[in-house]
Amino acid sequence: MAIHLTKESKILVQGMTGGEGMKHTRRMLAAGTNVVGGVNPRKAGRTVDFDDRPVPVFGSVAEGVDATGADVTVVFVPPAFTKAAVTEAADAGIGLAVVITEGVPVHDSVAFLAHARRRGTRVIGPNCPGLISPGQSVAGIIPADITKPGRIGLVSKSGTLTYQLMYELRDIGFSTCVGIGGDPVVGTTHIDCLAAFQDDPDTDLIVLIGEIGGDAEERAAAYIRDHVTKPVVGYIAGFTAPEGRTMGHAGAIVSGSSGTARAKQQALEAAGVRVGRTPTETARQVLAALDAGA
Amino acid sequence: MDLYEHQARELFADHGIVVPRAEVTGSPKQAREIARRLGGRVVVKAQVRTGGRGKAGGVKLAADPADAELTARQILGMDIKGHTVHTVMLARPVDIESEFYVSYVLDRAAGRFLAIASAEGGMEIEEVAATRPEAVARVPVDPAEGVTPAVAARIADAAGLPARTVDVLVRLWDVLVHEDALLVEVNPLVSTRDGQIMALDGKVTLDDNARFRHARRGDEADAGHDPREAAAAAKGLHYVKLDGEVGVIGNGAGLVMSTLDVVAGCGARPANFLDIGGGASAQVMADGLSVVLSDPAVKSVLVNVFGGITACDAVADGIVRALGTVRLTKPLVVRLDGNNAERGRALLDERAHPLVEQVTTMDGAASRAAHLATTP
Repeated sequence: MAIHLTKESKILVQGMTGGEGMKHTRRMLAAGTNVVGGVNPRKAGRTVDFDDRPVPVFGSVAEGVDATGADVTVVFVPPAFTKAAVTEAADAGIGLAVVITEGVPVHDSVAFLAHARRRGTRVIGPNCPGLISPGQSVAGIIPADITKPGRIGLVSKSGTLTYQLMYELRDIGFSTCVGIGGDPVVGTTHIDCLAAFQDDPDTDLIVLIGEIGGDAEERAAAYIRDHVTKPVVGYIAGFTAPEGRTMGHAGAIVSGSSGTARAKQQALEAAGVRVGRTPTETARQVLAALDAGA
Repeated sequence: MDLYEHQARELFADHGIVVPRAEVTGSPKQAREIARRLGGRVVVKAQVRTGGRGKAGGVKLAADPADAELTARQILGMDIKGHTVHTVMLARPVDIESEFYVSYVLDRAAGRFLAIASAEGGMEIEEVAATRPEAVARVPVDPAEGVTPAVAARIADAAGLPARTVDVLVRLWDVLVHEDALLVEVNPLVSTRDGQIMALDGKVTLDDNARFRHARRGDEADAGHDPREAAAAAKGLHYVKLDGEVGVIGNGAGLVMSTLDVVAGCGARPANFLDIGGGASAQVMADGLSVVLSDPAVKSVLVNVFGGITACDAVADGIVRALGTVRLTKPLVVRLDGNNAERGRALLDERAHPLVEQVTTMDGAASRAAHLATTP
């Protein structure tokens, strides 16, 4: 099963013909992803060969959807064009838009997320690595060759911490890993993914990775307490971050006494979530929880 | 990016919001001149990007130009919560009838902006919200609609503000949208005895991601931080100076934050945050090492890279080539894991630099770097 992305997903890539788009489309295809087309109005009608796999380029998302039945788009376009790209995808009836682009102005995100919500399009990101259902499909830039299919679900604000945990738990494997992104405003939250993993028959345990800034983890903790019966193991980054400084991710900032790692850890622990002190210890806690449940 | 009060004041004025007459200076002598121009009696306000200036003695009333010079001399150079005062703003005092609070803040969870308003201005809004939550109105703003006069009227009504504030509420929304701000706050917004609505003090946080839309906007507001931060920013690196002795370089914001925590858990303190991103080419690695090693507080450096998108042998190659251009002066602990980790480690072993050692786990590498930094 997996969540939000399966081997049946038909994927368009907006910005496929750019540098990052080319590189990651190639990797997505190599991982078995069903990439059905790219979108670039200036290169419509052409095809791009990825190691002898021709992928057509469409002039618009709507054309791509008409021709292929695509239901997912991965967005690699530059920040200035991201709002238009997501708006176009939502108008074309795409079910899931995965926005990899980093550096999108928050006012643009607020606008396209509101628009997508009205159109019934789920957005993951912006400023995220996307998602992977190992052995089935990759939508975005998460490396496919560091883990295997399995029964752990993972949701994270951070790309590299996701990869780290995927790798540490590569002998167990994952149903789906979702990188929701590190921006202050994102389309899909920890809670959205917790709900989906709770309902996914192929997920036995959920790993939740958070970091300083905002109160998404506190909200997730409350949701876990009230709605999640599967075991959840957590990890929070940023205990040593100084107040008022942005730590790499635009949303990773402690403001006054809010958004601290300590508060997030305490909220999760109060909801019965085991929280690891390091990524490696978090992986060990996952193993212990799976052993206890077996 | 947080603006100084005087920069916020200028933005407000640009959008037609009434602000007091004021000027900025870093010199006590000029403060005297400015006070004379403003009519003699002035408020002298420390320009620092932190709250609580009043309590710290950074806001004072001066009776005449001579007093303004004296007061400016006292305030300039003052330390307010770790921020040194380099400039003061002198403003003509205002005859206040009543004080209000208004702001637009980003509601991260809801993914939209929220108007917060109160008829009890002048105090910390958190205090008002804690003691009298009913006195603080919170009105979500529909991003498609924005703050029209009708919406502004609803906000004013919910907070018990006079109808005369509607115009300012609309203009303040213009500031938020047109300047790509993440926060605009006016506290206090005052009603003067002669019937004007005036923004007496304000705070604006701009969205760094939107700089490409504001070509004229300089980086001057970021100056004043550590010089290494400026050097790193010029090279496109995200570096934050911290107080410790273990230099940290890693790929990915989350992994680097996590590395700082693990170093701290080993009994040492991280000296910095430095994310070199996914690529980790020789040039980026050399730039990163130069910045970290230029910090005299650094006693050891930990490079923590997970090879996901970029394989570890490419990262190791980057480190080896960086060692050819940067003179290593402190022990360097490298942890490579992920794709092609074995090949990457072999490359570093071949280089056999006397100051470089490898530890294969993140926890082990952090512990080793902490030990090297804290053992005399």
